[in-house]
Amino acid sequence: MSGEQTLKPDHAAGARHPIFTEEHEELRASIRQFVEKELAPHAEEWEETTFPDSVFRRMGELGFLGLHYPEEYGGQGGDYATQIVLAEEMSRSHSGGLVMGVAVHTDMANPVIKLLGTPDQKERYLAPAIRGERIACLGITEPGAGSDVAGIQTTAVRDGDDWVINGSKLYITNGHRADYIVLVTRTDPDAGYGGFSLFIVDMDSPGVVREKRLEKLGMHASDTALLAFQDVRVPHENLLGEEGKGFYHIMWELQGERLIAAAGAVASSERLIERTLAFAKERQAFGRSIGKFQGIRWKFAEMATKLEAGRQMTYNTAWRVMQGEYPVREISMAKLYTSRMACEIADECLQIHGGAGYMKEYGIERAWRDLRLNRIGAGTDETLLEYIGRSFDL
Amino acid sequence: MTTTSPGLDHAAGRLPSPPFTAEHEELRAAIRGWIEREVRPHVQAWEDAKWVPTAVFRRLGELGYTALAYPTALGGQGGDHVHEAVWAQEIGRGSSGGIAAALGAPTTIATPPIVKFGTPAQQERWVGPVLRGERVAALAITEPGTGSDVAGIQTRAERVDGGFVVNGEKSFITGGVRAQHYVTAVKTTNDGGHGGISFLVVERGEHPGVEHEDDPAALGADRGDGISASPLEKLGWHASDTALVSFRDVFVPEDHLLGELDGGFKLIMANFQWERLSMALGAVAAMEAVLEQTTAFVAERRAFGRRVADFQGTRWALAEMATTIEASRALTYETLRKHVAGIPVIQEVTMAKLMTQRALVEICDRGLQLHGGAGYMKEQGIERALRDARLGPIGGGTDEIMKDVLGRMMGL
Repeated sequence: MSGEQTLKPDHAAGARHPIFTEEHEELRASIRQFVEKELAPHAEEWEETTFPDSVFRRMGELGFLGLHYPEEYGGQGGDYATQIVLAEEMSRSHSGGLVMGVAVHTDMANPVIKLLGTPDQKERYLAPAIRGERIACLGITEPGAGSDVAGIQTTAVRDGDDWVINGSKLYITNGHRADYIVLVTRTDPDAGYGGFSLFIVDMDSPGVVREKRLEKLGMHASDTALLAFQDVRVPHENLLGEEGKGFYHIMWELQGERLIAAAGAVASSERLIERTLAFAKERQAFGRSIGKFQGIRWKFAEMATKLEAGRQMTYNTAWRVMQGEYPVREISMAKLYTSRMACEIADECLQIHGGAGYMKEYGIERAWRDLRLNRIGAGTDETLLEYIGRSFDL
Repeated sequence: MTTTSPGLDHAAGRLPSPPFTAEHEELRAAIRGWIEREVRPHVQAWEDAKWVPTAVFRRLGELGYTALAYPTALGGQGGDHVHEAVWAQEIGRGSSGGIAAALGAPTTIATPPIVKFGTPAQQERWVGPVLRGERVAALAITEPGTGSDVAGIQTRAERVDGGFVVNGEKSFITGGVRAQHYVTAVKTTNDGGHGGISFLVVERGEHPGVEHEDDPAALGADRGDGISASPLEKLGWHASDTALVSFRDVFVPEDHLLGELDGGFKLIMANFQWERLSMALGAVAAMEAVLEQTTAFVAERRAFGRRVADFQGTRWALAEMATTIEASRALTYETLRKHVAGIPVIQEVTMAKLMTQRALVEICDRGLQLHGGAGYMKEQGIERALRDARLGPIGGGTDEIMKDVLGRMMGL
């Protein structure tokens, strides 16, 4: 080491990225206060019970479920960066399952209604969703179709003024608690990509069967369902967007979801580094705090560097979205990079904690389990590599 | 894959990544055009000769591309570091490590200390001629026994009547053979260290003349000034005259002291951030060039009855490369934005330097692999790119130093 350590640390200078303004920082502070006070203390308890529906109502009261939704439906009318702020601050709940349950509502299912819904649909579904009175879920994945969305088999057949839906959906977050589902179906088996349509289906419709709660490696605070649809009748007015355009609609949805997932992965990783840094400064071994060992110091340097790159990828891509671009390649890269990054950081933080990291008490093993889903959910690493590779028009 | 939206154009209608704007993209096009016309055709020859013709420095001086961020009062273009970043990127992608270093070092590392700490008379003497390409300058800090640990330098300057007498050796000095002056770190107290280092501008004796301006032996020989410089053989960066420079009883007049006596450590630190950030910027651009070259290669090359590009393994390798590049770019560009905005970015620059220099090695290696046997051959230029890239994790502060800096900034 040269004398560079004599320079004053500037890592707290905190010059924010241009996508954020003072208003975003105020919003950040208020979300943070709520999350730390009302959510984080329950993280462990909710691992056992899943988080309660009242979280939605409370967040609705506070306006956090409608940050980027139109004011006429009770939203805050904010920009895309407000959603990034929400995703980042929710990480302070230290509960991946809770973050995911809320994100499915705010950033996966309801954005589709916001973009494509009729005024009537928005009145019936979006407005109560923003108030936290009705909970949404999103039905894409099936027992036979995951990342390969085009392999979807759930059918919707026109019958007079109704559609009749049959099929099943798997790994549906919020599937047990949800009041409605944004459902991807096949409406024309011969039309290829042009044969899919979306519906909003009330979950109390006859024929909707909420089958078992699925047990998982992590994300225990969320409810994950297997759903069956047996001759479920849905009125035509619940068709969402254009008939036959469902595939393209859902591809659009996935882009937003992926970038929010990236923001969440970055923030969760940052939380882990913060906690592990405090641990390394405290924990003594061989006569000094373990953070004083060069090997440990370097691990933090590596983690912080990866984190900063992931963060700037996410912000820069969000900036493109906010300029009206549709940066599929960059979103794919940000999601791929940050998911892997989060898993690597979680593993390194667990390692630095030693035996304590393996224990439930410190919450590191939970984060390690929760973050493992990032490389699978919302598009697997492999799917994203394929997207990115193909984006070169080879 | 069946999920890609058909017909999506990934490059269409994209804004330049901040902090670059349309204005910078025009500058970029101009610089790229010049490099394509006047540099690229000669890259291999200059690499083989281990020398860039001195006329190229003068040509560059006319064009002003290495003076973009210098104030107009000193003969510069009056731009800022975003303009200079464009140069760092274009020379980084369009030439070779050695050429980029040879052409860039005089203005990127050797002259900023004079702008920042020099008197008007010193600036008059050592800034304009360098910007015009009439005179080549080198920064001389590293020694055979001291690299990243700059406080340990041993080259000694003894006070004598009217100035100093310098004795010692400087190593790995970019432009050391050609330089007409060295901005040199010397020990001015017995102990040296943080409080005992000063900077002297050590000038060489009379230039051997235009007829010898491309003759390293003539340029490097002792001209009766007590200075000699000999080029070092290296893994890569062949076009750069990286030298071992010896000072034997070299008299340096008092008014060649740069900044405060014993205050030289500050000078060393002052320009590190920009040096490292420009390395990161160059690496991002060089990575893009490797990816473009590799993509073009696999689209042509056939194996087992199809194009190499048609294998999933190839697509994924390209996707991995592109993602690494995008992460490097995002980190580096945001750091540049903050740096230009005057926000202290030591931590971010250190991260960008660490990440991009390794990434460039990795990208060159992957690119070489996808070229197969052709990648190992000189003709494709990718083996050179890999050799050149390998200096990145060492020069400008090693990876290990970067990690120590970062860890300490986190309070460890």
